[in-house]
Amino acid sequence: MTDWIRPANLAEALSARAAHGDYMLLAGGTDLMVGASERAAPAGVIDLFGLDELCALGRDDDGRLRLGAGLTYERLLADPLVRAELPALHDASREVGALQIQARGTLGGNLGTCSPVGDTLPVLLALDAEIELRGPSGTRRLPVDAFCLGYRETALADDELIVAVRFPADIGRRSQVWRKVGTRRAQSISKVMLAASTARADDGALRNVRVGLGAIAAQPLRARETEAVLEGRVPDDALADIAAQTVQTDIAPIDDVRSRADYRRAITGRLVRRWVLQLADAQR
Amino acid sequence: MKLRFQLNGAPTEVDVDPMRRSLDVLREDLTLTGSKEGCGEGECGACTVLIDGAPVNSCLVPVAQLGGHDVQTIEGLAQLGPDGEQLLDDVQRALVTHGGTQCGICTPGIALCASAALKREPAADRGRLRELLAGNLCRCTGYQLIIDALVTAAAERGRAAHEPSAPGGGADGSSAHDSTVRDPNAPPSGDRA
Repeated sequence: MTDWIRPANLAEALSARAAHGDYMLLAGGTDLMVGASERAAPAGVIDLFGLDELCALGRDDDGRLRLGAGLTYERLLADPLVRAELPALHDASREVGALQIQARGTLGGNLGTCSPVGDTLPVLLALDAEIELRGPSGTRRLPVDAFCLGYRETALADDELIVAVRFPADIGRRSQVWRKVGTRRAQSISKVMLAASTARADDGALRNVRVGLGAIAAQPLRARETEAVLEGRVPDDALADIAAQTVQTDIAPIDDVRSRADYRRAITGRLVRRWVLQLADAQR
Repeated sequence: MKLRFQLNGAPTEVDVDPMRRSLDVLREDLTLTGSKEGCGEGECGACTVLIDGAPVNSCLVPVAQLGGHDVQTIEGLAQLGPDGEQLLDDVQRALVTHGGTQCGICTPGIALCASAALKREPAADRGRLRELLAGNLCRCTGYQLIIDALVTAAAERGRAAHEPSAPGGGADGSSAHDSTVRDPNAPPSGDRA
């Protein structure tokens, strides 16, 4: 029978993790429980769901926003700070499954699974998030693309836990967007996801452009060439076309059960084009 | 593993493998077969139960995570009257009145999810109700009567004060084929892709 460990606090969770690096880390179960009864049961589980210290939300002393890894989409949706400062994350949370999934799915779980269709991952990429990991030797912080290494592969060591996600202090002043394209509006697994953010200079030029994409490669990724063609430019129709062209070479979509590579490429271009046109409209 | 939790208001204890799905323990060990298995993947909502009042897919919750919590299944939604008769919840009554059911497999999940959602958002309008129920699939595709029933339940609670009134519409003030609301079951429209 599976050895079930329910730590009472973070310190206990960290010692359990250090002692049992092979045990499954479980939060709300919305990924890991799918098909679990058809696989061999894990030797043990460290149950992190609802652990208080992982559910904090607020601002650190350095001004950065901190979201605990154990926060559910339901909690994120209900929070006024998330709505005001992280609207892209708010919007993404609303489209993760429906109430039942939103009540259990967590930020940390989405990161730990690191699926190419993890809904929050493009958002975290686009919002310059850093992932805070804690283990016996202390705390380390990684940008999202140094954490998500490949298909369902992360930089988490077998004695570490994902503790929190932090965002730049000025993130709420950057323009943010979230778009998810699936088969239908509700409950669908994505064909393409776009999250993006940018600051604006006084003359309207784009600064610190970030474009995060999901479901278009083995892992979520930043469209760095696209970011480069947009950086420092004032958005207009011509720039929208250039960005839409560029993004199609930034990505490596595949044919699979949910969509085709050429469709994903075309839609990604359109999503980027529309975002740049929106930015152009916003300054007119 | 020994677990204690509240089940439909009564203290309950089970001794089970912690990784078993809550759905299986409820159905097989506790003989509460009102919760159904549709997909087993968290997509369809037929296995919906309430944990501390929140709708969840019981096929994705390992039973160990019920420990210490308050669990409600469809069997606990109706109250018992003075003579031991079942007094249906108002959502259940509205589903009966409107015929908001076809084969019935999705009905327990829909009744529980809607009852919880209306508690949280008593002023939810037709469009919002559709969104709140997006995690409950009906394979008979009888959504219209289901949503009609929920709109009525909301109105009966005196909670639908914000429903727009439309001439020629139904009792709830909206037409039977309201195309202006965001319909989660519709294919994505052009403005999103």
